[in-house]
Amino acid sequence: MDVPGQYPSKLVECVDVPPVADIVMSIRYSISFCSALRKYAARAQQRCFSSAAHTLKIAERIRQTRNRALLGGGQQRIDTQHKKGKLTARERITLFCDPDSFVEYDMFIEHTCTEFGMDKKKFPGDSVITGHGLVNGRPVYVFSQDFTVFGGSLSSVHAKKICKIMDQAILVGAPVVGLNDSGGARIQEGVDSLAGYADIFQRNVLASGVIPQISLIMGPCAGGAVYSPAITDFTFMVEDTSYLFITGPDVVKSVTNEDVSQQELGGAKTHTSISGVAHNSFNNDVDALLQLRNFMGFLPQSNQFPTPVRVCHDPCHEDVPALDTIIPPSTTTPYDMLDVIFGIVDERDFFEIMPKFAKNIIVGFGRMNGRTVGVVGNQPKVAAGCLDINASVKAARFVRFCDAFNIPIITLVDVPGFLPGVTQEHSGIIRNGAKLLYAYAEATVPKLTVITRKGYGGAYDVMSSKHLRGDINYAWPSAEVAVMGAKGAVTILYRGKPDLDKREAEYIDAFGSPFPAAQRGFIDDIIEPRTTRWRLCRDLDLMETKKLSNPPRKHGNIPL
Amino acid sequence: MGIKTVAVYSVADSHSMHVKLADERVFIGESPASESYLDKKKIMDAVKGTEAKAVHPGYGFLSENADFVGMLENENVTFIGPSAAAITGMGDKLESKKLAKEAGVSTIPGYDGVVRDAEHCVQIAREIGYPVMIKASAGGGGKGMRIARNDEDARNGFKLSSQEALSSFGDSRMLVEKFIDNPRHIEIQVLGDKHGNVIYLNERECSIQRRNQKVIEEAPSVFLDEATRCAMGEQAVLLCQKLGYTSAGTVEFLVDANRNFYFLEMNTRLQVEHPITECITGIDLVHQMIRVAKGHKLRITQKDVKINGWAIESRVYAEDPYKNFGLPSIGRLYKYMEPVHLPGVRCDSGIEEGSEISVFYDPMICKLVCHGENRQEAIERSINALDSYVIRGVTNNIPLLRAILTEERFRKGDISTNYLPQVYPGGFKGLALPEEDKYKLLAIASALYATNELRSREFLNAPKHGIRGKTLDEWKLYIEFVKDKYRLNVSQTNGYFQVDIDGKRYEIDKSDINLAQPLLSVRINGEVNVVQPFSGNASGHYQIIFRGTNHKLFVLSQRASEYLYLMPEKLKFDISKQVRSPMPGLVKSVSCNVGDVVAEGQELCIIEAMKMQNSMVAATTGTIRSVNIHPGDTVSDDDILIELA
Repeated sequence: MDVPGQYPSKLVECVDVPPVADIVMSIRYSISFCSALRKYAARAQQRCFSSAAHTLKIAERIRQTRNRALLGGGQQRIDTQHKKGKLTARERITLFCDPDSFVEYDMFIEHTCTEFGMDKKKFPGDSVITGHGLVNGRPVYVFSQDFTVFGGSLSSVHAKKICKIMDQAILVGAPVVGLNDSGGARIQEGVDSLAGYADIFQRNVLASGVIPQISLIMGPCAGGAVYSPAITDFTFMVEDTSYLFITGPDVVKSVTNEDVSQQELGGAKTHTSISGVAHNSFNNDVDALLQLRNFMGFLPQSNQFPTPVRVCHDPCHEDVPALDTIIPPSTTTPYDMLDVIFGIVDERDFFEIMPKFAKNIIVGFGRMNGRTVGVVGNQPKVAAGCLDINASVKAARFVRFCDAFNIPIITLVDVPGFLPGVTQEHSGIIRNGAKLLYAYAEATVPKLTVITRKGYGGAYDVMSSKHLRGDINYAWPSAEVAVMGAKGAVTILYRGKPDLDKREAEYIDAFGSPFPAAQRGFIDDIIEPRTTRWRLCRDLDLMETKKLSNPPRKHGNIPL
Repeated sequence: MGIKTVAVYSVADSHSMHVKLADERVFIGESPASESYLDKKKIMDAVKGTEAKAVHPGYGFLSENADFVGMLENENVTFIGPSAAAITGMGDKLESKKLAKEAGVSTIPGYDGVVRDAEHCVQIAREIGYPVMIKASAGGGGKGMRIARNDEDARNGFKLSSQEALSSFGDSRMLVEKFIDNPRHIEIQVLGDKHGNVIYLNERECSIQRRNQKVIEEAPSVFLDEATRCAMGEQAVLLCQKLGYTSAGTVEFLVDANRNFYFLEMNTRLQVEHPITECITGIDLVHQMIRVAKGHKLRITQKDVKINGWAIESRVYAEDPYKNFGLPSIGRLYKYMEPVHLPGVRCDSGIEEGSEISVFYDPMICKLVCHGENRQEAIERSINALDSYVIRGVTNNIPLLRAILTEERFRKGDISTNYLPQVYPGGFKGLALPEEDKYKLLAIASALYATNELRSREFLNAPKHGIRGKTLDEWKLYIEFVKDKYRLNVSQTNGYFQVDIDGKRYEIDKSDINLAQPLLSVRINGEVNVVQPFSGNASGHYQIIFRGTNHKLFVLSQRASEYLYLMPEKLKFDISKQVRSPMPGLVKSVSCNVGDVVAEGQELCIIEAMKMQNSMVAATTGTIRSVNIHPGDTVSDDDILIELA
């Protein structure tokens, strides 16, 4: 695609615009005249010449327009874009899609605005490039906003182009990837631009849960524009060159008198670690696009497709001895749940979602015997792995994504409970914690659970317990399922009584093991950690034919 | 031998191999050695509780503790080792030197008394003449030992060594002796029984050391002729007879360039490096120790002791070899495979997959012992074994070990205890790959990349979408390696990846490339190469262990690489302004405060780890901006300790 003039012929065929039709018509027209009466030969020849000239002229015009479209806002603006450390919209598509696989739509579209002298400033294709391509051989719809054309601002045709591919993506059942780099609304178009945004939002919502939608923020994305990425399933950012906010630093300054830079207000660091708006960030454009290609490999094409199963080189019938030693001998010593995850997924390949936000819970994608799984795990290394507001919301959204797209969920439990505290209560840990409960209870995909250590209180219930239709629930020998920790329980049970230490030891003896839960059938088996991987792989095969649906309804009412 | 065994263990060792292998196991306390393995009472309780009849102390901990032996003797439990008297005699450096002299063993000139203080130390040093060695009287294993080449060294050395000695051995007595420049460290293995028989089992050369700790040992030594070997052996036997020594032991000598040898010390226990002696003599030392402890007579006589081939022991440590030839590192071995499938390879290790290397004990992973018909074969086998050794989860010193084994001076046998600082004057920086190997590495990286590309589109349950019938069989790649950039073409034909780089062509068998296995035998142009793919990610960052070293490569399609130059440089933090912890450890002291102006090279704090004190100095002149530590704090690898403004 990067060398002008060498397009796949397919590209021309699929461009369904009037000039092509005109050429065909004029050729037929000229043939009929050439075979007409000889007495008009001279005149006819004259006409024949002129129509051939027209044909060539049109062909030349197509070529020129195409070349202009390829240049976007022109070489100067491309250079400026490069100086900022950003690739152009086309370069991004080139890197993201398999070589020669991108098929472009609406290259000849032009904006319709006539105010403010805009009728004299037109660029073929306007400020976005749309179409479809292949990513590792699977179709993906892509739009890439072109900052070199009117700062990537959203005109009504810009919105139309995006809507066109979204509509088709829903019809076909293929993901939509947005490469966002836009200054915002096309102010010259006013209300038309706003309408365009709303058209996209509406489609984002209708596509939600039908096809995966991914946003990669590669430049500015401000104002109303932010809500499209916010609705999509995953939002990734490029470090240092992208930002997302509702109102910029100037407005913030004038309204609240706070001094803040663009990056502090809405840069990658802010959104990946403080606000939780973005799901991860990458070094630069090249890195982001390569990582995004990799990420796409985990996702199914749509909710009608099964979870992708890729060829796997990692043996899935063998013990993993390293899992045996992860849980420290002392129950108060933290360990890294990522070690458990690396030990069970294929090739230690785990794509973590929101690695810097609410670190007390880990969510992300891995593969088991080649099949994509969603993994949720409490992280004892951070805040003892407790559930707080951020962790609950982070995991809830992830669980719902997996459920919507038929991705089995593996839950690794080491949870001491919900985080106590005034801030948590006042900020609504009740309704936020309920989101995770709701998400797990609602999910009908295969749910496999391994309790590695603590499963205390309500948090135990929430974490994909048997009671919330967990399909197969295992406990490691180190597991302890109890209503609360021994110390807390003993102070309540034996308030004011002496010998609390002794009673605590009794309590630990009674509940500090997997037995109470196993005796009641709340866990299906107590397993050696080293056997976890092959058991889960086997269970996933078994669960492939699981059929479960919730009662018919318009939709449930998740406590938002 | 049909003897039932009991293992003792601490919290940190609860998952350890020795615990699993033993018939019975006794838990003896918290992880720090002082609360478990060094707690004589707890060990005695374990002995009594299990009614053990004998105790083998291994090496380290209580293996050379006469009090402990006394306690066992009181309980009528056999100590598998020498008598308490022999241990006392040899355990103290001053005492042992005196005894050796009396037995007619040649010793190093030095001051035969306890040094009072730093000034006294300087005075004695001047009398003997620099350079001198300051060492702990109760010491061993290189702890509490320092060389002084001038008055200032002597003063500081005394201070630090006596502190170390106090914390390691509970005894701060120091002695000073002449330091022999460029010596070899050669030791004689001895074996005695309770019937007055003592034999020597030839020598081990342990000259390759760092900070007075051994790295590579070999038996026999290239340096000894039969006459010297005999003389050393006989003196060692004399010493043992004088002591009434009744077990396996080692008499250590320093040997100078003229084959003069001086008694250094005697280790009254089994040595870490004993397997190489076992290899060349065919005598199982632990077996013999148990036999003689039981009171049996030695069945072997001096003339039975032969030298059969050559054996080399490489000590594989969880250490970062690029820092001071090895600073301890910790971690959990998530993948661990010993190269025991190779001929002539023996791995003595208490570690298995999943084991944790903790801050509490010595960071040794394994003793890799390779036996061959001659030195050349032993070296080649060692190199192959190191290449096939899979260790994941901790930094290890294999790069250094392999570099030594392939280094010219070592191969010629031209070694001394100063070998490492002489061969690697600025510290070990790693070896650059020879040209041919470099291209092979690039070819392997390309093959891994191409395999991953092919695999990324092999979905078992998705329809295939082609691009007008084209299949993926060619890649134009860009690789950054060290500081060089390469452009190369890869194509797949007929079961091979064909890699073209700089006019050279490499054919790699496709079936040899696997993305999950940690150890691959890859045929390149028909020749087998051992490779360990370490990691690789979608961003193009690959790590491949090849020829002992973990190499970092950056592999991209040429298409992607064309845009690299546009990508903004990330700001690099000036790390000279920060003092970071080189390893996990304990803050011993902090010698600066916020606001102090410090000079480059000035000591800012001392971190103690594995009982070694590491002085952390300012990398640049500046003002102290923040001090993030207090004495007694525990710090992790790479923690920022002190920041300069």
